[in-house]
Amino acid sequence: MMRIACPNCGLRDEREYAYGGEAHLDRPELDCDDQAWEEYLFLRANPKGEHAERWVHVHGCGVWFNLIRHTETHEVVAVYVMGVARP
Amino acid sequence: MSRYSAFALLRNWLGGNTDWDPVWRSPEPASSYDVIIIGAGGHGLATAYHLAKHYRPGRIAVIDKGWLGGGNTGRNTTIVRSDYFYKESADFYDHSLRLYASLSQELNFNIMYSARGILNLAHSRHEVDFQRRIVNAMQLNGIDAELLGREEVLKFCPVLNGDPNARFPIYGAMRQKRGGTVRHDAVAWGYARAADALGVDILQNTEVTGFRRDISGGVQGVETSKGFIGATKVGIATAGHSSVVAQMAGFRLPVASYGLQAFVSEPVKPVLHTVIGSAVIGSYCSQSDKGGIVCGGGIDPYPSFAQRGSAATMEKVLAGIVQLVPTFSSLRLLRQWAGIVDYTADSSPIIDRSPVPGIYLNVGWGGGGFKAIPAGGEAFAHLIAKDEPHPLTTAFGLQRFRDGALIDEAAAAGIEH
Ligand SMILES: Cc1cc2nc3c(=O)[nH]c(=O)nc-3n(C[C@H](O)[C@H](O)[C@H](O)COP(=O)(O)OP(=O)(O)OC[C@H]3O[C@@H](n4cnc5c(N)ncnc54)[C@H](O)[C@@H]3O)c2cc1C
Ligand SMILES: [Zn+2]
Repeated sequence: MMRIACPNCGLRDEREYAYGGEAHLDRPELDCDDQAWEEYLFLRANPKGEHAERWVHVHGCGVWFNLIRHTETHEVVAVYVMGVARP
Repeated sequence: MSRYSAFALLRNWLGGNTDWDPVWRSPEPASSYDVIIIGAGGHGLATAYHLAKHYRPGRIAVIDKGWLGGGNTGRNTTIVRSDYFYKESADFYDHSLRLYASLSQELNFNIMYSARGILNLAHSRHEVDFQRRIVNAMQLNGIDAELLGREEVLKFCPVLNGDPNARFPIYGAMRQKRGGTVRHDAVAWGYARAADALGVDILQNTEVTGFRRDISGGVQGVETSKGFIGATKVGIATAGHSSVVAQMAGFRLPVASYGLQAFVSEPVKPVLHTVIGSAVIGSYCSQSDKGGIVCGGGIDPYPSFAQRGSAATMEKVLAGIVQLVPTFSSLRLLRQWAGIVDYTADSSPIIDRSPVPGIYLNVGWGGGGFKAIPAGGEAFAHLIAKDEPHPLTTAFGLQRFRDGALIDEAAAAGIEH
């Protein structure tokens, strides 16, 4: 069982959370070209290694936050609030 | 390659089973090949077989970092079917199912295709309506799907939970009779043996670590744990690791990789003669010839390259199995495992040229590419040999993500495997 530290509630089991996709994807202007829109919607880093991603403490306080997690070891390397740059 | 037959069995039995030929060779890598396929799963091996048999492009190698069939091809729940919603998928997957039906003869290797039927349950009026709609679409596409009422379902498969007050009562089901199971390892071994006999080098325990490209950007070969191996055409069929290999070639893919688990119980007497599953409950199972109940369900809910699986998902899937067949609650699990599957946004595969000249893609199969191996190999061989898509896979290109022409099977049929 993976355990994740919510910025508000501390260390809780993975089943209290929901994964919300890769973090730091900036939505392009709506009049962008198809390539920029494709990159935004579909192209992902999907690394075997450290991944910056969004999570929500859905069965807890409800907060959205970012974390950096290793996709092979599942080690959570950093937890940080939304809106700040990747540490 | 000496042929397998009743006579060969008898002859080898009389000889004390001491002179069976090795099923394939274990060659040293040559310095270069005309075509290299990365990934000795079902798709890579079937591709090499079709290339060698029909297109003869020269020397062919299939390279795998582990043992052949050790990826998802040897880890799946062995279900084959063609009950897809969209015409593009129906045509492609049905071709694959038909190839499976004659594959034992084609490869001279028993792949144990068992057309035991696959039953998807409906648990509400609304789901029955939905199934009516998709079965109608399937029949228009020429797929033999049919609807069963509640009584028919319980008569056909009496172990199912027939309690009308169950949390998920049975209202009916859709069934594809030609759906069923195929021995997964046999598919990898059968294609490997047949490809090897046609001169394909299968290089196991050889990890691809990078690509070498010329000044114009075209591919010259691959760097591996056993040194550089040249090739002007390279096919990527690495399933969950598609984006990892793509990154080595300098491009991104529209995929995300997740763990997908399977479970098998201790063996019991025959009790389940078909494949049962429920999209709402999110679990499915069948009984193997050895007697084990083979269970599967949804993917783990976050990206992963750890081939072990989340305990939370395991609990959810198995709770679903017990809901489907309450008597299975007394079974003990024998094994649990996971494979890494690469999902596209529409749960349809990518069989296409890549952005790099000379590199081709057969990826994005998610949790459902086992049933597609015979047709996937045929189509990928065509693509590599002719540098243009096979007519059955023109819709499964990369361009669909730019054009928005998705073939959204996840939304349409709502079935994961
Ligand atoms: C638990 C589970 C249940 C499933 N159930 C079903 C089912 O019931 N029906 C169905 O149709 N599908 C099912 N699937 C999906 C199906 O198994 C896959 O889609 C299919 O096997 C993919 O085949 P492949 O040949 O593309 O990949 P794989 O068989 O995974 O082969 C890819 C190979 O690439 C190799 N590789 C990766 N990186 C490198 C590298 N850098 N260098 C060299 N080699 C590399 C790997 O070692 C691996 O052997 C299931 C999958 C799982 C995990
Ligand atoms: Zn919280």
